[in-house]
Amino acid sequence: MTLQAQPLRAYPVLATQPLPLRRVRQLAAKSLFGLAALVSLVTLLPLGFILWITLQTGWETASALIFRARVGELLVNTALLEVLTLPPCIVLAVALAWLTERSDVPGARFWSWLAVAPLAIPAFVQSYAWIGVAPGMHGLFAAVFVSVLAYLPFLYLPVAAQLRRLDPAMEDAAASLGLDPWRVFLRVVLPQLRIALCGGSLLIGLHLLAEYGLYAMIRFDTFTTAIVDQFQSSYNGPAANMLAGVLVLSCLGLLGLEVLIRGDARYARVGSGAPRPASRRRLGRARGVSMLLPLALSGLALGVPAYALGRWLIAGGSEIWQARELASAFGETLLYAAGGALATTLVAIPMAWLSVRAPGRLQRVLEGCHYYVGALPGVVVALALVTITVRIALPLYQTVATVLLAYGLMFLPRALVGLRAGIAQVPVELERAAIALGRRPAGAIFSVTMRLAAPGVAACMALVAMGVTTELTATLMLAPNGTRTLATEFWALTNELDYAAAAPYAALMIALSLPLTALLHAQSRRVAGQ
Amino acid sequence: MTLMPSSLMRAAALALILSGASHAVRAADEGITVYNAQHESLTKAWADGFTKETGIKVTIRKGGDTELANQIVQEGAASPADVFVTENSPAMVLVEKAGLFATLPKDVLAQVPANFQPSSGRWVGVAARSTVFVYDTRKLKEADLPKSLLDLADAKWKGHWAASPSGADFQAIVGALLELKGEKVTAEWLKAMKANSTAYRGNSVAMKAVNAGEVDGAVIYHYYYFGDQAKTGENSGNVRLHYFRNGDPGAFLSTSGAGVLASSKHKEQAEAFVKWMAGKHGQAVLRDGDSFEYAIANGAESNPKLEPIAQLQAPKVEPSKLDSKKVSELMTAAGLL
Repeated sequence: MTLQAQPLRAYPVLATQPLPLRRVRQLAAKSLFGLAALVSLVTLLPLGFILWITLQTGWETASALIFRARVGELLVNTALLEVLTLPPCIVLAVALAWLTERSDVPGARFWSWLAVAPLAIPAFVQSYAWIGVAPGMHGLFAAVFVSVLAYLPFLYLPVAAQLRRLDPAMEDAAASLGLDPWRVFLRVVLPQLRIALCGGSLLIGLHLLAEYGLYAMIRFDTFTTAIVDQFQSSYNGPAANMLAGVLVLSCLGLLGLEVLIRGDARYARVGSGAPRPASRRRLGRARGVSMLLPLALSGLALGVPAYALGRWLIAGGSEIWQARELASAFGETLLYAAGGALATTLVAIPMAWLSVRAPGRLQRVLEGCHYYVGALPGVVVALALVTITVRIALPLYQTVATVLLAYGLMFLPRALVGLRAGIAQVPVELERAAIALGRRPAGAIFSVTMRLAAPGVAACMALVAMGVTTELTATLMLAPNGTRTLATEFWALTNELDYAAAAPYAALMIALSLPLTALLHAQSRRVAGQ
Repeated sequence: MTLMPSSLMRAAALALILSGASHAVRAADEGITVYNAQHESLTKAWADGFTKETGIKVTIRKGGDTELANQIVQEGAASPADVFVTENSPAMVLVEKAGLFATLPKDVLAQVPANFQPSSGRWVGVAARSTVFVYDTRKLKEADLPKSLLDLADAKWKGHWAASPSGADFQAIVGALLELKGEKVTAEWLKAMKANSTAYRGNSVAMKAVNAGEVDGAVIYHYYYFGDQAKTGENSGNVRLHYFRNGDPGAFLSTSGAGVLASSKHKEQAEAFVKWMAGKHGQAVLRDGDSFEYAIANGAESNPKLEPIAQLQAPKVEPSKLDSKKVSELMTAAGLL
């Protein structure tokens, strides 16, 4: 809080005003704190729901539903999926990032775009494409294969950004002390990538736990697919809820694991001036061959979906574009995306402001709530909201408001990260000047800070909108009667094996996600100062 | 609240309006809401025909049989549903047992033979589908085929057959098995099934796998085959249907039901829709459309391509005796769910 007190001491005359500025600011912080606490309380709903339902079910029934062979089977499946998917993702992401950022591979910029582009393809569209070219694909290895292709960008992005930012002076020092280039990479570069690797792996790990469509399509059972199966045969019965409990524990376990592995080593550099950009390593004769890696990956992650989609689009002809459901699903998806982005950003504002302007211990706890809920799979959030609204808050049942609430919970971290960065770039003095000139504090935050943070706000809204566009499970379970989004229609059509009719929906989802993916790529470069 | 700036209020109001808007639009144009577990294309054909004739709008919510049934039970009197249409009977029984169906008028019930409706008159059958064993003709000869559904529990079938256990269709078949052979036989059969069979998500996916040579045969309903044949035949070129007959549990003929919710605020329109589905025009949709389900109303004819209903030798199972809750429990215990 010393940060707030300083300017007051500098301008003591202000303190004698009828309503002292310091008090005004404290009031503002307090009311924002109240709002943030309220949001945090809502984020605890899914977790509270699981606990409440477990208590209600009774230990005997609960343990019979939790400790059974099927749950063990799912646990093994899910664990194997994590263990087999993450290592190849890490190796490929590091290799790819090194090639595009630190080597003179031809067309590095182009490859770095292609490495991010798979983000625009929803995971379940990726598996739909692969099923199309290899119909028999199923089981663990198919799941691992498609997961690697679909989620690799989540690791590539942070690793590439980190590589770009590294100060080459350390590597030079290591080299001058006699380490060969390979050892320099292993002992100097790789350890500095630790945070990026941990963060990216966590993100992928959580996606592996939460994804439904991808695994349902290639017939690989995880907790999420089993919960949806249970939901489809008994709605929100105790068996589904208990599986959700185990799934939540797995997610929290991953979060804890990441904190442990990430460690608390220091990675910042001190000293005057900026680090010079690292030189790109000459690949020499391997220059041509090294293109094979990005070429092969893009071919698999982009080429195959493009081929499969293209084939179905051609087979379906112009007829499949004329279904009137297509236009209405497109419109509805846009509305949900806009509403979801707006709602999520609004509720993230109090915490984003607090984390920049008034950090503290309690604030960090509340911020933790904002983040943890984003780690919960959509199916758990939806299950909680279905039960709560149908049993307690019936007027909210099957309303757009509940769907938006689910989106808000699931995508809160995305909004928070972008907002925080935006707000941090706005000088606090401007906000204070506005208050000193008579604006109400919250008014000052909105008319000065938020306006200046607009680019960051726009970026985070885009990220949320992208998440909403391709969201499947929560939308399926919560949407009001008659609602059809691109994702749910796509899913319904593929379930009836009408792959050609499903193709335009997939194409539209990709088209909506592409500009947002480009934005993400551009932003990651900006963060790195390029 | 003085600290709340007007801009924040405005933004919040905007979000509220946005979220309320599409809801309000839907409430305004009224009509009836159908909780539909039937194939969407079929119910849409019914709804479109009905709307064209009566001008009454139909909003469809889709889901699985038991999913929607349990949902209606949870919603209770507050359910937004006016009509419930299923693929199979167990889900209808679930809602009926909860006392949430209104009794249908006599003229609606009179359209359908007694064996396709419960004696309570709370719902009525609108279509039917037969259990079949779809098999790969390249792998199985007629002599190899199972005589009874129960034969599939035999160790020699291990790894050779498939089903879609998470679907309501298969769960209805298990319901019939439970009703015909009792809990002990059913539980053992399910245990053997877990060991012997491959699980697919959806009957059409299972048939596609048989056609592709992934597995020798699958327990599904008959119309998936005819539907695919009528389209491109790309998922059924190598397969044929085997009917179990002889009153075997595997010859089970499952009744698709429709009923009007007691809580419906548009009861007249809802009853009109059920009457329409079970009536001449609704049944003609079954005969002429691409659903290939059996028409069951008095005097209604099914698609001539189908095996005549009389020759199926289906077992006598009272639709109102099918217990979906027990089935779900048994299948969960067997590790299939």
